[in-house]
Amino acid sequence: MMDALDIFATAGLWAAVLRIATPLIFGTLGALVCERAGVLNLGIEGIMTFGAMVGWLTVYHGGDLWLGLAAAALAGAAFGLLHALLTVPLGLSQHVTGLGITLFASSLSYYIFRLVVPVSGTPPTIEPFQPLRIPYLSDLPFLGEAVFAQTAPTYVAILLAFLIALALQKTPLGLAVRIVGENPHAAEAQGIDPIRVRIASVVFGSALMALGGAFLTLAAFNSFFPTMVQGRGWVCIALVVFASWRPERALLGALLFALFDAYQLRLSHVVGKAVPYQVFLMIPYLLSIAALLVMARRARVPQALMQPFRRGER
Amino acid sequence: MRLERRAHVPLSLAIAAPIGAVVAALILAGLLIALAGVPVFEAYRRMLIGAFGSRLSISETLTRTTPLILTGLAAAVAFRSRVWNIGAEGQFYLGALATAALGSKLGLHLAPLVEIPILMLAGALAGALLLLVPLGLRLKFGVDEVVTTLLLNFVAVLFVSMMIEGPLKDPLAFGWPQSVPILADMALPKLLPRSRLHIGLLVAIGLALVLYFVQSRTRFGLEARAAGLNPQAARFAGVPIGWILVRVALISGGLAGLAGAIEVLGVKGYVTTDLSPGFGYTGVVVAMLAGLNPIGVIVAALFVATMFVGADGMSRAMGVPSFIADVIVALSLLTMLVALLLANYRVRR
Repeated sequence: MMDALDIFATAGLWAAVLRIATPLIFGTLGALVCERAGVLNLGIEGIMTFGAMVGWLTVYHGGDLWLGLAAAALAGAAFGLLHALLTVPLGLSQHVTGLGITLFASSLSYYIFRLVVPVSGTPPTIEPFQPLRIPYLSDLPFLGEAVFAQTAPTYVAILLAFLIALALQKTPLGLAVRIVGENPHAAEAQGIDPIRVRIASVVFGSALMALGGAFLTLAAFNSFFPTMVQGRGWVCIALVVFASWRPERALLGALLFALFDAYQLRLSHVVGKAVPYQVFLMIPYLLSIAALLVMARRARVPQALMQPFRRGER
Repeated sequence: MRLERRAHVPLSLAIAAPIGAVVAALILAGLLIALAGVPVFEAYRRMLIGAFGSRLSISETLTRTTPLILTGLAAAVAFRSRVWNIGAEGQFYLGALATAALGSKLGLHLAPLVEIPILMLAGALAGALLLLVPLGLRLKFGVDEVVTTLLLNFVAVLFVSMMIEGPLKDPLAFGWPQSVPILADMALPKLLPRSRLHIGLLVAIGLALVLYFVQSRTRFGLEARAAGLNPQAARFAGVPIGWILVRVALISGGLAGLAGAIEVLGVKGYVTTDLSPGFGYTGVVVAMLAGLNPIGVIVAALFVATMFVGADGMSRAMGVPSFIADVIVALSLLTMLVALLLANYRVRR
């Protein structure tokens, strides 16, 4: 019988942390980019579902795994464009539109999936991403198994967090995104078109969200089934607040969150029947609420978040 | 060229907006039906037959309408005061669970005429309490209630799952996770014999009428609207915003909980974790299609129920996946948002 603390000493736990964190990293980064430009994107849950479906379907029909990811990103970008067009130039409620995108994207995923794959007992599977063992590093004791034997998209996600952090802080493009999210009128005075920047940010962010969904079907599991995203999108929205809208902290938040999640999974095996398994499954959602609570007053919200921009109006 | 907000939206436009939105959604969904290789008009004809073609299908459509009126009202009441309650799904489940627990052999054992109203109130209370948590977090700590209500939906369903596999498990259900059933006397009377249609429909319609009256004719109704439209001005006018929003949340969560209670008392008799095919989320669409008007909610709920029941029939007859109903409903939310914009603004050159 394993002790509750011994779990931390297993390489399997840490490998699982990175695996569980990957879709959250993609999703949180995606939501973060949208919000830094001033647009809340509650379409995330549906966009992740659609990404999971499109990625899976592409590979199921003989596409390469990377083509699957690309198709998912493209589909995510398309839904992002829809959300952006409705909320940015038209200025519709970001809350309700986002929810509409989620309902639309997820129901469309189920519809298309059912159309292509008729009802059957066991869902068909694909050959998912295999762990990519980094030469030499993966031979390290403990660390090798824990960190350097992940699937390729996991490395991409981590790299992306640093790249986006860098891009937001150090490039003119990142500066444009930040100004538009803080004060679109000032941005316009600088010769930046807030509407274009916002649309582009939402499109890019939504593509990332879809990648997070596609990771589920192409790496974490090997099949698609309805409701598989299981609120991960909403968790990402909470993680953005927890991260104070900063990409490097988003990475940290997603990893921390995944650590709790991976730990509770193993803890529930140790504890056995004494505590109902549902309690452990609730923890991620309750943690997200706790994260919102802790950061709500402290976080620096982009000042123009959820404020539609209309030219000549203040 | 610029958009200019209308001072007043004429009634004809307020009615034309949802109709236009629904037609647009049906046209867009028609493309998807064509993608399935099925003649579109025939598919929609089958859908109408599926929803209204027989006594049984009409009664099924109205049975489906009942919880949708209640969750639609739950969203409409909340949204009118800018309380973004997206948690009706979780509130529905807690309401259902409270009702099933108290109405079962483990529960109250009162005379049905006394107990049924108590069970409904208990369901409403359970739903209301679940919404008070996110509202409290918003008022005290400034936490956006959209995300918290969404997250609590998952917690609520897991809690239900825990209870129906634990203390409230039905030992006679052959290992299926479902709650102990309510006592036979507690089932709501039928509206139509040999159907599932029960008097819950009248309760739902009655509540819609009451809400319409409360919103348009009472001080609370006006204050609740003011709290949503312009909280700053309302506060200066002496409206106790926090207290008003708490009452709005009690009503909204209560309606969603009541929907769950009535679904248990009128249709199922027990709780499972698939008691609701998304009634809570769909309620948001119902409310928006209704323009947040309680009377409109009745019509919008009937439309949404028609889509779902009709799609089942169409799916059986023509092999189009019944998920098409979810697509139509989701699309009509998006088209409705655009239609509302067109109705509220006019283009000035």
